[in-house]
Amino acid sequence: MNLLRWQQVLGVIRLEIRKTFFAKRGFWIYLLALAPVGLFLLHTIIEIQLRHMGRTRDASIGQMSFIYAGIFQFFYLRLAIFFGCLGIFMNLFRGEMLDKSLHFYLLTPMRREVLLVGKYLAGLIAASVIFSISTALQLAAVLAQFDSATISHFLYQSHGLSQIASYLGVTILACLGYGSVFLAAGMLFRNPIIPAAVVLVWEAANPVLPSILKKISVIYYLKSLCPVSIPVDPGMPSLLALLVSNAEPVAGYLAVTGLLLLSALILVASMKRVRRLEINYTTE
Amino acid sequence: MSDRIIFDNVSKFYGDVLGVNRVNLSIPPGITSLVGPNGSGKTTLMNLMTGLIRPTRGSIQILGMTIDDPENLFRVVGYSSQFDSFPKGLSGYEFIYSYLLLYGFDRAQADEFAWRAIDRVGLREAAQRKVGGYSKGMRQRIRLAQAIAHNPRVLILDEPLNGLDPLVRAETIALFRSFAGEGCHVILSSHVLHEVDIISDQVILMSAGYVVAEGNIQSVRNEIQDQPMQILIRCKQPSELAARFFEEDDVVEVRLHHDRAGLLVKTTNPTRFYRSMNHLARTGVGLESVAPVDDDVNSVYEYLIGEEGSR
Ligand SMILES: Nc1ncnc2c1ncn2[C@@H]1O[C@H](COP(=O)(O)OP(=O)(O)OP(=O)(O)O)[C@@H](O)[C@H]1O
Ligand SMILES: [Mg+2]
Repeated sequence: MNLLRWQQVLGVIRLEIRKTFFAKRGFWIYLLALAPVGLFLLHTIIEIQLRHMGRTRDASIGQMSFIYAGIFQFFYLRLAIFFGCLGIFMNLFRGEMLDKSLHFYLLTPMRREVLLVGKYLAGLIAASVIFSISTALQLAAVLAQFDSATISHFLYQSHGLSQIASYLGVTILACLGYGSVFLAAGMLFRNPIIPAAVVLVWEAANPVLPSILKKISVIYYLKSLCPVSIPVDPGMPSLLALLVSNAEPVAGYLAVTGLLLLSALILVASMKRVRRLEINYTTE
Repeated sequence: MSDRIIFDNVSKFYGDVLGVNRVNLSIPPGITSLVGPNGSGKTTLMNLMTGLIRPTRGSIQILGMTIDDPENLFRVVGYSSQFDSFPKGLSGYEFIYSYLLLYGFDRAQADEFAWRAIDRVGLREAAQRKVGGYSKGMRQRIRLAQAIAHNPRVLILDEPLNGLDPLVRAETIALFRSFAGEGCHVILSSHVLHEVDIISDQVILMSAGYVVAEGNIQSVRNEIQDQPMQILIRCKQPSELAARFFEEDDVVEVRLHHDRAGLLVKTTNPTRFYRSMNHLARTGVGLESVAPVDDDVNSVYEYLIGEEGSR
């Protein structure tokens, strides 16, 4: 890419970033991101209260890491980041069609692919910042219930730091993957409910899909990258056990490559689409 | 390199709905007006020229460039569309400046070009305010400023005189003239022939998706000269104003609008009438708007197109 195109990407990011961070329509995304922080904070406060009252239940840091892993996979990745990315990325094109302002971009001497890349990066920056801050706050809230000796033992002697790094990495990869999916969806659909439902079901059905279809999924790669896998215990409802099971784990570097490749493919397909895009604000 | 805008057998269908059909045009520099009633295909032609929509059949060239080549095309083309909407939360200045950065201008240049365009449409005072709070005429002008900011040689303007008061309208027309004088293409649309006839070097008459007549304004103007045209004037004291109109030769009828806040005037010489309205505006009689009455425009069209077609 030549210098001008990079300048244009930056110009688009500049225009988009403010919209993605401060969109009135996107207020609920912050609530979604902060909900688990609140949950863990509440849990920690109750733990500490109980300890003060002498009723020590002493959840070990090991137990907590399983609980966290569960909430991270079930609520945070599959719902919070999923719907957050839906809100942010689907609006990149669709929002401007609703506002009838997309044509201003299409009237500048800029290839439409450049516009797409700029918008995607703006969305990625916003989503990554919002959700990795949330991940960091969640982890801080969980750890806050332990004393400093326990924490430093966890961080430096039992791979705590690398777990934290993994969670942050998975958070950003989730934004990257779901971002590409919903950017594409935003160009194909006006109604966000349809793609949301389809992708949600597809992602949930992943464990029962044939191995080749499994790979066309974001959660498939993310699952393999989560640092703590959730133990399947026999008492679990079978549906839940199915969701948890990671029958075909992939090596970390393959999972990252796979996810990047999948996102790149979706973006390339979107580029083909954006070149043929017509401005048609009237039809709903 | 060609200095023409060429439509070669262009048709556009929106699904089953006809937008324009079998359009062949070769537009030279100067002021060209696309004139036709609502739904005749003016906006469709302009959106086609700028690649916002793609032709179902046929091909379009702008000064030798195709519409699939935005990197070159929009160095020379500026388009003020009919969409009265803006990116959220920007001031008039920010709106123009931010999009100028996408042309690859550095900050100082973009700043300079933005202010120059804002000055040309006379919006300096309002430039730092959010576009969301602008009046209709101001929005029209800031869109014009955005279209001219990068110094295009082809200016495409969809109903650019809509919502402008007589004074600003005159200034805007002077602006078009100066562009055309520099050898640029200025293509504008209107559903009122009288509004654009004196300023156009050529007119393209559209009806129901077809180009029905095209060419020198002189012949077309003669035909409609004696067809009275109805104009609605909104003002504070309609009855006082009515007395003045009776003195004018070309005014054949003056009626109070049924809501008592305006006058319906029939005139056989709208050109002269508009000019005298400009004088009136300066004397401070509290004019709010001057606009042709739509139904009447359509009837002029039927007349006009019928004549052209029967030749
Ligand atoms: N997005 C669209 N979808 C379907 N039909 C459309 C669309 N845009 C325009 N049309 C149809 O194409 C025809 C031409 O419309 P167009 O907007 O080009 O007319 P116009 O001359 O600009 O009218 P106006 O004076 O009202 O602006 C009309 O019949 C209109 O209904
Ligand atoms: Mg139109």
